[in-house]
Amino acid sequence: MKMKIRPKTSELIAKFIIWFVSILVVLLLFFIVSFILIKGLPTMTWQFLTESPKDMGRSGGILSTIVSTLMVTVLAVLFATPFGVGTAFYLTEFTRETKVTRLIRFSAESLAAIPSIVYGLFGFIFFVIYLKMGWSVLSGGLTMGVMILPTIIRTSEEAIRSVPIGYREVSYSLGGTKWQTILKAVLPSSFPGIATGVILGIGRCVAETAAVILTAGSSLRLPTSIFDPARTMAVHFYILAREGISMERAYGTATLLIIIILAINIAANMIVNRFVAKNR
Amino acid sequence: MTKQAKIIIKNLNFYYNDKCVIKDFNLEVFPNEIFALFGPANSGTTTLFRAITRLSDLDHTARMEGQILIDGKDIHAQDISVNELRRRIGMVFEEPIALPMSIFDNIAYGPRLSGIKDMTVLKEKVERALRLTVLWDEVKDRLNTSALRLSGGQQQRLCIARILALGSEIILLDRPCAALDPISTLKIEESLRALKAEYTIIIIPHSVQQAARISDRAGFMLMGDMIEQGPTKDLFTNPVEQSTSDYITGRFG
Amino acid sequence: MKLRKDKLLSFGFFLIALSTLSALAVITIFIFVEGLPIINKVGVINFIFGMKWAPSQGEYGIFPMIIGTLSVTLGAALIGVPVALCVSIFLTEFAPKRVRTILRPAIQLLAGIPSVVYGFWGLTFIVPTIRTYLGGPGLSILAGSLILAIMILPTIISISEVSLLALPGLYKQGSLALGATHWQTIHRVLIPSAKSGIMAAIILGIGRAIGETMAVIMVLGNAVALPRSILDPARTLTTNIGIEMGYASGEHQQALFATGIVLFVMIMLLNSVAQFIVRKR
Repeated sequence: MKMKIRPKTSELIAKFIIWFVSILVVLLLFFIVSFILIKGLPTMTWQFLTESPKDMGRSGGILSTIVSTLMVTVLAVLFATPFGVGTAFYLTEFTRETKVTRLIRFSAESLAAIPSIVYGLFGFIFFVIYLKMGWSVLSGGLTMGVMILPTIIRTSEEAIRSVPIGYREVSYSLGGTKWQTILKAVLPSSFPGIATGVILGIGRCVAETAAVILTAGSSLRLPTSIFDPARTMAVHFYILAREGISMERAYGTATLLIIIILAINIAANMIVNRFVAKNR
Repeated sequence: MTKQAKIIIKNLNFYYNDKCVIKDFNLEVFPNEIFALFGPANSGTTTLFRAITRLSDLDHTARMEGQILIDGKDIHAQDISVNELRRRIGMVFEEPIALPMSIFDNIAYGPRLSGIKDMTVLKEKVERALRLTVLWDEVKDRLNTSALRLSGGQQQRLCIARILALGSEIILLDRPCAALDPISTLKIEESLRALKAEYTIIIIPHSVQQAARISDRAGFMLMGDMIEQGPTKDLFTNPVEQSTSDYITGRFG
Repeated sequence: MKLRKDKLLSFGFFLIALSTLSALAVITIFIFVEGLPIINKVGVINFIFGMKWAPSQGEYGIFPMIIGTLSVTLGAALIGVPVALCVSIFLTEFAPKRVRTILRPAIQLLAGIPSVVYGFWGLTFIVPTIRTYLGGPGLSILAGSLILAIMILPTIISISEVSLLALPGLYKQGSLALGATHWQTIHRVLIPSAKSGIMAAIILGIGRAIGETMAVIMVLGNAVALPRSILDPARTLTTNIGIEMGYASGEHQQALFATGIVLFVMIMLLNSVAQFIVRKR
């Protein structure tokens, strides 16, 4: 006999499962984050943040890794933002898809899908070897720049497209040229969206390991120029944890990483909320 | 002396892809008058405005045949700058669209686009424009606050002021009072009456009554055709075409 | 004249936009140039289906790694997709507003956590748990699948959520008006209607799983032999590259690039499928 579950029963079962699973996911996230924070916060002293690693990381702080992360990230953003925002402007300039815009969009989507390890391979063979930049902040920054390019293009394009079409029409009807309109009427309104994209790109740079380790290297020395090799925090954490060098400091590094990511997410959300509120 | 028409439209046919939305259209508008172009929705009135300001250039499915002449010159002539043209013709849309900037910046936007940077000149233009639209007294103390905070009626007057600051000679208004309350409507109609001394105005009214109230000459447009046009008094008291009188008396539309 | 300036700007931005194209081209060229020679030397069939990976002996068969990638990804999908769908439905249909304002940022946070941190967490908790309760070394395909499942949750959730939210409210109202229960509406009307968006989300999630390296390195055990059960350690295409690039040189290094080519092709195919589905909408 075929057993039929009454709709009301299956509804209850489904609701139960959905709530259960969702709560589980939240608890899981909470567990992961607090696990790291609990173990790592004690290590986060002022000394830890301002001292460089000593003895291959067995003692000392993580200053050089913080500086390295900063340098690589800033370089990546400096490179990716103009190209990303510029590409977004180009794509939104057209009201319909041409072969060229379709091709560019395909490229951007493809770039977004490429695994980070492949970016590492690319960065290694192109920047480190072919262009002879060696393992350096420069190689790492440029590689990361290409990696976050699709993110910035995507969010910028969305931000620009969400500007009401009326703004453009008004600008045109007042005699504005196409680029005057884009730069003076559209860009200011889309700025928060673009900023959010850049901030998310920063988050990616900070968290990335595979691509960075193959291009910026793993030298613990404080980089004094962009041609110096560098070890970012994420790479440092990986090496400390994998080699078992110092669990204490590993947790500390991870904690700092998570705090930074949290701050980035909060900043991004704040910008979006302020923007929405301002336009009500 | 016969007045030279400011705007002449000759045998205009306008297409979106293959659909003809304006047929064999002829129109003359004279300087310093208010011309009301009225008719039911989707008759092609907005499209006509977009054709005059060449905003339709932005739409790649739009195509036109015929001529539009302003001060005797074809607006599609090779040596006409489309941006110059749009500066000479100001257009006010149905929805008041204030740009997301301060009141001052909104009105100064147009002049700044054409390269005027001198603050004293800009301030002058802004004040003059706001006085002409009867907005000056209401906003003179908050010129630097966001224009988005103004009421609908004020925003619409802001849009008109924006055009005046540019120094346009022709003003096109597309149902400007459709979204406004009667008092704001009256204020705008008042400003228009004052403005016609220096400008040429074409208005698409949101109601037949508005057309009767403020225009000197009027034309009835139906489904892309200009059915009838002439001095307002004559058109409304003695329409020639049956459809015109039906529309005016409310039999359809 | 202003028109000329406009044309110049248009051209300038066009050149800037070409950067994406050129970046993709350069990446493709360099990866292929570096990796193709070794594939030619070993033979495509031998490379892809070869069972033995022993660079010191000149043997470059990546089949065990392909199996590793496929099984870990499959596991991640089997675990992750249903969970992600549950959470998406929860967010769009059941969560009270206050819960939503906490849950959404929480998932964003989940997406931002570095993969090495996930890997480490997995190493600390999941691996010993598996070892204790299920046997084996703990470093296993199961561990990899679990970690990857967690990591691809945000991707699938966010895109599925967008698809569900984009559905016209009338679908739901119409179904309820016909007497269907909430759950019936969800699984008979809403999910099928959002099908293409959800499919795209899943494919993108799978793509992420295939491409993940660092977390997997830490929990997979990195045995080069062909895995026989989910409790066996294994290597994926990505971890193969990640582990050995540090010390590979010459032919060995080229072989790793060749592995990169295989990865690249896999992802491109997957990506094209996903874009095709999205466009078909």
